[in-house]
Amino acid sequence: MTETRIDRRFAAVKAEGRPAFVTFLTAGDPDPATTLALLAALPRAGADIIELGMPFSDPMADGPAVQAAGLRALRGGMTLNKTLDLVREFRKTDDVTPIVLMGYYNPIYSHGSEAFVVDAKAAGVDGLIIVDLPPEADDELCLPALKAGLNFIRLATPTTDDKRLPAVLTNTSGFVYYVSINGITGSAAPDTSRVAEAVDRIKRHTRLPVAVGFGVRTAEQAAAIGAKADGVVVGSAIVQAVADSLDAEGRATAATVPAVEALVGALAVSVRGARRPVAA
Amino acid sequence: MTAPILPNSFTTGPDERGHFGIYGGRYVAETLMPLILELQAAYEAAKADPAFAAELSNLSNHYAGRPSKLYFAEGLTRHLGGARIFFKREDLNHTGSHKINNCLGQILLARRMGKTRIIAETGAGQHGVASATVSARFGFPCVVYMGATDVERQKPNVFRMKLLGAEVKPVTAGNATLKDAMNEALRDWVTNVEDTYYLIGTAAGPHPYPEMVRDFQSVIGKEARAQMLEQEGRLPDLVIAAVGGGSNAIGIFHPFLDDASVEIVGVEAGGHGLDGDEHCASMNAGRPGVLHGNRTYLLQDADGQILEGHSVSAGLDYPGVGPEHSWLRDTGRVTYVPILDDEALDAFQVCTRTEGIIPALESAHAIAEAIKRAPTMAPDKIIVVNLSGRGDKDIHTVGKLTGLDI
Repeated sequence: MTETRIDRRFAAVKAEGRPAFVTFLTAGDPDPATTLALLAALPRAGADIIELGMPFSDPMADGPAVQAAGLRALRGGMTLNKTLDLVREFRKTDDVTPIVLMGYYNPIYSHGSEAFVVDAKAAGVDGLIIVDLPPEADDELCLPALKAGLNFIRLATPTTDDKRLPAVLTNTSGFVYYVSINGITGSAAPDTSRVAEAVDRIKRHTRLPVAVGFGVRTAEQAAAIGAKADGVVVGSAIVQAVADSLDAEGRATAATVPAVEALVGALAVSVRGARRPVAA
Repeated sequence: MTAPILPNSFTTGPDERGHFGIYGGRYVAETLMPLILELQAAYEAAKADPAFAAELSNLSNHYAGRPSKLYFAEGLTRHLGGARIFFKREDLNHTGSHKINNCLGQILLARRMGKTRIIAETGAGQHGVASATVSARFGFPCVVYMGATDVERQKPNVFRMKLLGAEVKPVTAGNATLKDAMNEALRDWVTNVEDTYYLIGTAAGPHPYPEMVRDFQSVIGKEARAQMLEQEGRLPDLVIAAVGGGSNAIGIFHPFLDDASVEIVGVEAGGHGLDGDEHCASMNAGRPGVLHGNRTYLLQDADGQILEGHSVSAGLDYPGVGPEHSWLRDTGRVTYVPILDDEALDAFQVCTRTEGIIPALESAHAIAEAIKRAPTMAPDKIIVVNLSGRGDKDIHTVGKLTGLDI
């Protein structure tokens, strides 16, 4: 398939000798206008790739922070079509930052897989991460997505052993997302030495970049993981910063965008500096 | 939609990937995939092991009280006039419902797999109680996830679970009912992959659960079929069961699926009526989607967001249904009809007064359908109703809705 913004971005950061910083936001949390402002702020603060969460009523792999963000978005009337609208709007001012939609299969199945991949591509989406679609179900969405020119990014986990890894990697493109813990998003902190081993293990099976996420929330963790991985994903911490900035009725405030920008800016410094030798 | 090609037999599913037609499958996060494949392998091995079947049969007999009786409900039959009605008495099982059949099978499997911790989800608490019961019997710690709303309205079952040594974790995520409890159990499983066995209570979830739960519950239909042949010398004309997730229904239906002369009817919760949102009739008012590891009929909005169901019966209060039912619906082998809350409450009272049997509100939905049909059928016809559980748990609900003081 042709090169995507994701491929170009990973090639660029590799040339700079640093890992990519991948940030997650829930679309429509707490409203579409705020999401649009946040999307514009993320690259400015140092994000290389944006994962945009598609809210779902039953987010089985997510921890409390991302669950709550999804509920806020749904209560505000967010839908899959409105998520695509946000991407379309974002692309008017930014044609280089890769956007990956992350979520669960049912809203896409409800929309129709074939129509969805075409609509997503047209809106300016670059890749998909669909948590509840294992490689056994590739014909449902993964293959149509690849055909439409979207990357299909698969999760590999600590339970994915060497025997299963080739099946997981077969139709994966863009990058491999290594889930650093057995658990849900934003829960336990990963053990960095085990993450390093896992990244090496996956790299023995693929030439794709390997990004690591789930449970990364501090600058120290981001730096430690960035030293070994091709990308560092931070999600729950950003979503929590959004939550903490809202007023008592759950509405965005003047503090929302600056709070996220400050957090992402600080994390970006750590990720970008992850492979620099530490000064004595 | 084109009509599905009818199979030679309705009992050969699922295929090796867990599909019943387009339904079923394994839609889970990658962390769980290796576990589900391991579970499938362990279940296949257990099925092939005569010692496993022998131990399950022995426990079913001496611990759970099987076989359950097939009882001629003479009082109800006389009251209605028309077809003779028989009850398959799952209410007489240990713990008071059919749920024990599945829990005994799965706890033996968990032990065989070397797991050391049991988790379960529950709505009304029947499956939670059965899970806590077998965990106590076999010495496993047990955590039961239950929506906070359900914890509040099913206090006696919560207390039973605690007495049995289980830890009941109220779930406040989402809307705090059964589907949220199932989400939370899946989150627990993803976090505790090494030691934990997830004991799903209904014939839904990722493959192999729908098949496995059906197999453990099929003892209901196998017994009922043999008992009917022995007692009446013939097969029934109609089999009726209530469908929430659908484990008691698939259990009694499955052994009758290839008996072409037997009409089969599943009863969904019609709540306050299908024209509004206050019901739980996924196969009559929903459309196919993917949730909790399988493709099946779901209550959902235009965007594919899952809706909350409503039923007077907490056990039917699930926005999905087991995938085999979805397939049986599409093939036309089984007819699924809604029964309203009020109809179920009436049936609850009629059964109690004419038979001296207090049925669970779930089972009362099936009885309500029999009450509609029996008078329209000739007296030489036979209806079998799966009386899936006893109604003691529901007396507070019924008291409140009928204005009676307890």
